[in-house]
Amino acid sequence: MDFIAIFSIFVLACFVGYFVVWSVTPALHTPLMSVTNAISSVIIVGALIASAAAGSASSKWLGLAAVAMASINIFGGFAVTARMLAMYKKKER
Amino acid sequence: MDIQSILSAATGGHGLAVNPWASVAYLIAGVLFILALRGLSSPATAQSGNRFGMAGMTIAVVTTLLTHAPVTVDGALDTIGLVEILVAIGIGAVIGIVMARRIAMTAMPQLVAAFHSLVGLAAVAVAAAAYLNPQAFGIADAAGQICTVSRIEMGLGIAIGAITFSGSVIAFLKLNGNMSGSPIMLPGRHVINLATLAAIIGLVAYFTFDQSPWVFWTVTGLSFAIGFLLIIPIGGADMPVVVSMLNSYSGWAAAAMGFTLGNTAMIITGALVGSSGAILSYIMCRAMNRSFISVIAGGFGADAGPSDGGSKEQRPWKPGSAEDAAFLMSQADTVIIVPGYGMAVAQAQHALREMADQLKKEGVTVKYAIHPVAGRMPGHMNVLLAEANVPYDEVFELEDINGEFAQADVAFVIGANDVTNPSAKTDKTSPIYGMPVLDVEKAKTVLFVKRSMGGVGYAGVDNDVFYMDQTMMLLGDAKKMADDIVKALSGSGH
Repeated sequence: MDFIAIFSIFVLACFVGYFVVWSVTPALHTPLMSVTNAISSVIIVGALIASAAAGSASSKWLGLAAVAMASINIFGGFAVTARMLAMYKKKER
Repeated sequence: MDIQSILSAATGGHGLAVNPWASVAYLIAGVLFILALRGLSSPATAQSGNRFGMAGMTIAVVTTLLTHAPVTVDGALDTIGLVEILVAIGIGAVIGIVMARRIAMTAMPQLVAAFHSLVGLAAVAVAAAAYLNPQAFGIADAAGQICTVSRIEMGLGIAIGAITFSGSVIAFLKLNGNMSGSPIMLPGRHVINLATLAAIIGLVAYFTFDQSPWVFWTVTGLSFAIGFLLIIPIGGADMPVVVSMLNSYSGWAAAAMGFTLGNTAMIITGALVGSSGAILSYIMCRAMNRSFISVIAGGFGADAGPSDGGSKEQRPWKPGSAEDAAFLMSQADTVIIVPGYGMAVAQAQHALREMADQLKKEGVTVKYAIHPVAGRMPGHMNVLLAEANVPYDEVFELEDINGEFAQADVAFVIGANDVTNPSAKTDKTSPIYGMPVLDVEKAKTVLFVKRSMGGVGYAGVDNDVFYMDQTMMLLGDAKKMADDIVKALSGSGH
């Protein structure tokens, strides 16, 4: 993809992020942080590419280390978010 | 022209020669991440939002595994390579889930800081891997040199990733108590920091002309250093801002790597997380009436403390017992509870909720008022109350409940101090002047649970609420006091 196309997506996504995040209720700001933590580990895509490529052993091992680190975040981030969200209950009437 | 060739024509040029269906899959993953955040607009939809996030991540990972299956040098599928990748994911999954299950809710800020540091380090590892093997990432030209645009993206990615890592490590150590929360001030630190930042920017620019290893690794090393240097002078009270800021950085690091790979899922996510962290930092700064620059410059929460302790006049105040408090609250129509971090430190949230339950049985309306910086990270107090089974529709934010104190019979302040200090509204010389505060002094009676009269809050200022006629000071441990009030309430025989 050419740079301008990618950059357009980036700028638009910043605006989407701005409006979506302001609509998050302050009561859920901690889960917001843990879930953004989990999704920012989408960097695992780059790690997977590095660890699958042939040609450089050091590149591959860096990739595998990154896969493991990003996985801690992905599983840990989503799991702790789910744990917190399950605690939010309405008043029983 | 068929759709396939239109799509591949549209995606050709930069980055990897991507399968158009893979691009579509990454776009879907990105949209699912947007929906994940959108779900958090209400606790009712939040859990389904989290599931959207998991679905998006699954799509992104599976797509990458399919389009970039590990291959041997001659192009065959490398089974051992695939197993290695799955083992790496498995190790991460076990560690992550165990951490998520075991962590105490009071320790959430540390956990989030630890997770941020991992995103940062993973970004550094990916950028380094791309530097060492540019062909694999499709960013090398025919001569084996890395494309100019990719060099800038890569340089930014590694710099932001390294700052995120080392900054988060310091934030973790400070939050976890392994390192003193008080700021560590190096002499000439502003000069050192600015020089280091300038060197990083200069070297990233120079990297576009010369891709020698020394340039790349020097940028990496300097970025690790600046992350440490930036966070050590910041005091414990400002950690909510720092954690939010590092959240934002971890997003920008992911976005920079997304540019390198031409990957829409990474770019959308990076932009979302980057904006999210930036907005949370802004909200935290506004709640403390501090400018972002002054937080970054550091030094707040040093030994400013009660500097004029000797000259402080002894003002009269009214002590009270748990029985007095129980009687006052059981006679009230409305009680507003103002919890602060001291309540969580004393682990009083369950006793507090029992107290509220008893009061509700007596027909008292109970509400909770939360200041944005009541916990150690944005929204932290809400999680702590939710853990103690406080229904979320009894919990209100500052701007929603501040008007109700004037009609309330009792304001019950437990473990909070600075966020109730009226001098923030009137005293221009106060260090917390201008900070939004909860108007507890407007309630008919204020019950103030506090360990002793000696201590002051983070900002080191005295609170006029202690000495008002309608205030009763309940001195003691927050949990014990709440327990005693529960006993007194249940003994009152209704």
